[in-house]
Amino acid sequence: MTTMPDMTTMLEVKDLSVSFDVFGGEVQAIRNVSFDVKHGEAVAIVGESGSGKSVTAQTVMRLIAMPPGRVKNGEILFEGQDLLKLSEKDMQKIRGNKIGMIFQDPMTSLNPTMPVGKQISEGLVKHQGMSKSEAKERAVEMLKLVGIPTPEARYKQYPHEFSGGMRQRVMIAIALACNPSLLIADEPTTALDVTIQAQILRLMKRLQEQLGTSIILITHDLGIVADVCDRVMVMYAGQIVESGTTEEIFANPSHPYTRGLLNSLPKLSQRKDEPLVPIYGTPPDLIAPPKGCGFCDRCSFAMNICRTTHPEVTELGGSHQVRCWLQDPRAGQAAEQREVHA
Amino acid sequence: MSKSLLDINGLSKHFQLGGGRELKAVQNFTLDIKKGETVGLVGESGCGKTTAGRTIMRLYEPTAGSMIYDGVDIAKLSKRQFKAYRRRMQMIFQDPYASLNPRLTVLDIVGEALDIHGLAHGKAERKKRVEELLELVGLNAEHASRYPHEFSGGQRQRIGITRALAVNPEFVVCDEPISALDVSIQAQIINQLIDLQKQLGLTYLFVAHDLSMVKYVSDRVAVMYLGKIVELASSEELYDYPQHPYTKALLSAIPEPDPSAAREKERIVLSGDLPSPINPPSGCPFRTRCPAATEKCAAEVPELRETRPGHLAACHYA
Ligand SMILES: Nc1ncnc2c1ncn2[C@@H]1O[C@H](COP(=O)(O)OP(=O)(O)OP(=O)(O)O)[C@@H](O)[C@H]1O
Ligand SMILES: Nc1ncnc2c1ncn2[C@@H]1O[C@H](COP(=O)(O)OP(=O)(O)OP(=O)(O)O)[C@@H](O)[C@H]1O
Ligand code: SF4
Ligand code: SF4
Ligand SMILES: [Mg+2]
Ligand SMILES: [Mg+2]
Repeated sequence: MTTMPDMTTMLEVKDLSVSFDVFGGEVQAIRNVSFDVKHGEAVAIVGESGSGKSVTAQTVMRLIAMPPGRVKNGEILFEGQDLLKLSEKDMQKIRGNKIGMIFQDPMTSLNPTMPVGKQISEGLVKHQGMSKSEAKERAVEMLKLVGIPTPEARYKQYPHEFSGGMRQRVMIAIALACNPSLLIADEPTTALDVTIQAQILRLMKRLQEQLGTSIILITHDLGIVADVCDRVMVMYAGQIVESGTTEEIFANPSHPYTRGLLNSLPKLSQRKDEPLVPIYGTPPDLIAPPKGCGFCDRCSFAMNICRTTHPEVTELGGSHQVRCWLQDPRAGQAAEQREVHA
Repeated sequence: MSKSLLDINGLSKHFQLGGGRELKAVQNFTLDIKKGETVGLVGESGCGKTTAGRTIMRLYEPTAGSMIYDGVDIAKLSKRQFKAYRRRMQMIFQDPYASLNPRLTVLDIVGEALDIHGLAHGKAERKKRVEELLELVGLNAEHASRYPHEFSGGQRQRIGITRALAVNPEFVVCDEPISALDVSIQAQIINQLIDLQKQLGLTYLFVAHDLSMVKYVSDRVAVMYLGKIVELASSEELYDYPQHPYTKALLSAIPEPDPSAAREKERIVLSGDLPSPINPPSGCPFRTRCPAATEKCAAEVPELRETRPGHLAACHYA
């Protein structure tokens, strides 16, 4: 790995479960999620659409509306203190200051009635005690850093006058302006073409290396993961089903979902008559998640035990962990027992 | 495949910014889209892709140019006359959340589109049709009763796709339809879009920045830079023989899904000032970042011309 972070923990999420109470019942958006992020480390969260990545991030930021949302159990320790126990007032001092967040949906998190420049400088005045003119100068500089040409002219424009990718970059500028110690980036570059994406990723890497910023990067782009992240967590149906260093996950993907994910990438050499290999089927409805493994309806390796019993975490050596019966040493025994009883 | 569906000629869209300044978002956009074809539209953020798509859909009034759709110049039609084309031409929006009414359930969002065009008769048929469509895009029937804010980013995007496809369009502008989706669902949606195209003869203008996906879905690809098309060719040809220095840089920057290759890959990193459409450079729009730029590039605008058979590029030296 290029950057070896110092190994003290910055964020530790322990056994976190979050549900939403909706008309049809309880949507169990995330279940028993545990992970940690060290100082200066970049951790990726990847996983299927709807698997709980954004809910995880927004719970850390305490941005889930409650109700309908509800934290069922768990702790979120940031520099040792449990964010779930802070008052909203104390949380405001952390949000946008010590923890910066880039949201997946820029149009809904930008204020449509305020010029973009002001949206960046606002936080600088509030959190960093800058004067208005200092803040403006810094905001223009941030717009430039994220690749917005003629930033002085753009400073006064409104979000609807920006392109999709430019709005996304304004979000990035807001999140980075305060030099947060933890940056949570939810799909930060989806709307960006590769050249600007590379520029943004370089900017994030530089923060990580020079200021020791920790990064949680939510993305579905495995190319980006390979490029910037030290560790990877794979989510499926509200749970972390595999985690490990980037090398461990790419060299030895062990959960059938992770393997499917790697196989569905189009290659530049892919021809149009050669269909892409999707993972067939749909993820389970989280109102009634299955009793056993959440992936079993779509898994070509599914065994009896997968349907009846939820797989526990199996250690695969190093930091590599997986939740799958295929890797669980007890699975063989359990399957044999079932045959005996049948 | 050879009959033209939408022949766009010299299309421009300029925004007035006040203080007499003008932002030339799209300039002299010329593209002949054939029936049943997919044309990919790529280019960096802010180069005018969405504006081109929205102007074609008449969501923005064109500043200049013609668009012959099935024999009629739709650029010249009044808003009212254009209504007849609203069902035939659909757009999947880049920002799905902003384009979904937060107060309606998914059933009503998609159902409303069916109602407007009289495509479902009776409540039961409407519901059934919506549920079928949701399953096509990898959502399930239970999702029909939920509201947009109850969905994840990728799920919302699929609601936008459902709504566009619900009314059996002929031509669809897909503005970054899959960029918010994880790869396994990307593959599912792309296969679905290709299947529908084969079954129903759909024609797509496919806007994206993921070059490997664009190559995979498109018959031809147009590369835009600062409001202009700078290269146009069949997708194999474009990827094998890129002519324009900007296209070459784009192709070299594709990330590799493999950690060892990713850290070694040779990239053409563009430096130099990003030009602004408010104050564009003289001559070639790419010259401020082009590694091959000369004095001629600052003085003369390169025309889009054939540099290889069937392959157009706008560079003096291509
Ligand atoms: N306010 C809400 N009410 C009800 N359900 C919700 C709400 N917010 C999220 N969910 C559900 O929780 C699950 C997890 O959503 P989340 O937004 O975390 O997914 P995600 O992994 O970020 O997906 P994507 O990649 O599509 O953004 C989804 O099934 C979603 O439908
Ligand atoms: N309504 C508007 N008013 C003023 N300027 C606009 C408006 N819409 C777009 N623009 C400007 O037009 C240019 C092109 O924007 P457009 O949204 O077409 O880009 P894009 O190629 O779709 O980019 P992205 O990949 O980031 O979505 C940008 O400079 C943008 O700021
Ligand atoms: S536990 Fe069983 S069903 Fe689940 S991923 Fe492993 S093999 Fe497949
Ligand atoms: S015309 Fe000149 S500046 Fe423009 S792309 Fe060609 S070489 Fe580069
Ligand atoms: Mg999300
Ligand atoms: Mg756009």
